[in-house]
Amino acid sequence: MKEAGSIFQPRFAIVLIVLVTLIFLLPAFGLTFGAPAATMTDQYYIDNSQTETGANNVVTAVVFDFRGFDTLGEATVLFIAVLGVAMIFRRLHK
Amino acid sequence: MTIGLIAKTAGRLLVPFIFIFGFYIVVHGHLTPGGGFQGGAVIATGVALILVCYYYRECMEKFIPVTKFKLVESAGLLLFICTALAGLVVASGFLFNWLNATGGLFGNAVAYGINPGDLYTAGIIPILNFAIGIEVFGALSAVLMFMFAGLKEPTQEEEDAKAPVQNMHKGKIGGRK
Repeated sequence: MKEAGSIFQPRFAIVLIVLVTLIFLLPAFGLTFGAPAATMTDQYYIDNSQTETGANNVVTAVVFDFRGFDTLGEATVLFIAVLGVAMIFRRLHK
Repeated sequence: MTIGLIAKTAGRLLVPFIFIFGFYIVVHGHLTPGGGFQGGAVIATGVALILVCYYYRECMEKFIPVTKFKLVESAGLLLFICTALAGLVVASGFLFNWLNATGGLFGNAVAYGINPGDLYTAGIIPILNFAIGIEVFGALSAVLMFMFAGLKEPTQEEEDAKAPVQNMHKGKIGGRK
């Protein structure tokens, strides 16, 4: 990848490293990432998952209801993995 | 060497119990620890046991061919997406729990706090659990079948031809029966 404009040039890597370092240095300047603290959601799940989803199992309520998109993505990843395995082994399978 | 008759029979007897246990984990996913992924993996271990006992060819002939596993996997993913899209059509959004506490399918209201658990609650969560369960079952079984297809399988004639040679230095004549 030697063409002009390719993102695999060394100067882009240097810019990326500087940006990531700046982001990790943000708390040192007194800036925080999210406006409500990240610890507010766990108590919400414990209190409200049973009434909102009807599932006794809070883990299942989170996995299949609050984070349903995550589960859909995992299932798709598994599907694509099987697709890759089928492509690799298709000559052995008759 | 081929696997023995005792191991084959024991594996064949164990497999239904493994299937029932995995199905229990999938169906009770919203009440007890477990769920679609775990139950599907447990069911796939039953398929692995069949594959170890019987080799790939015999498995394809006597039990289920690998194309059926691919069909099951695709059906699971399609059921998941269709249930999620039905939430978009019927209610307010994609993956909305539109069956919860409506009195219909899986629609019993759940009591707040500690309760013994009712299987007929939680709306679309049991349906999604079932979809993920058969998807993981089909996916892992298809991977196992594809990989077992590459194993070199001895035929019975090679086995019989090899056995006297192997036992000659032990002073025995003939193969194991």
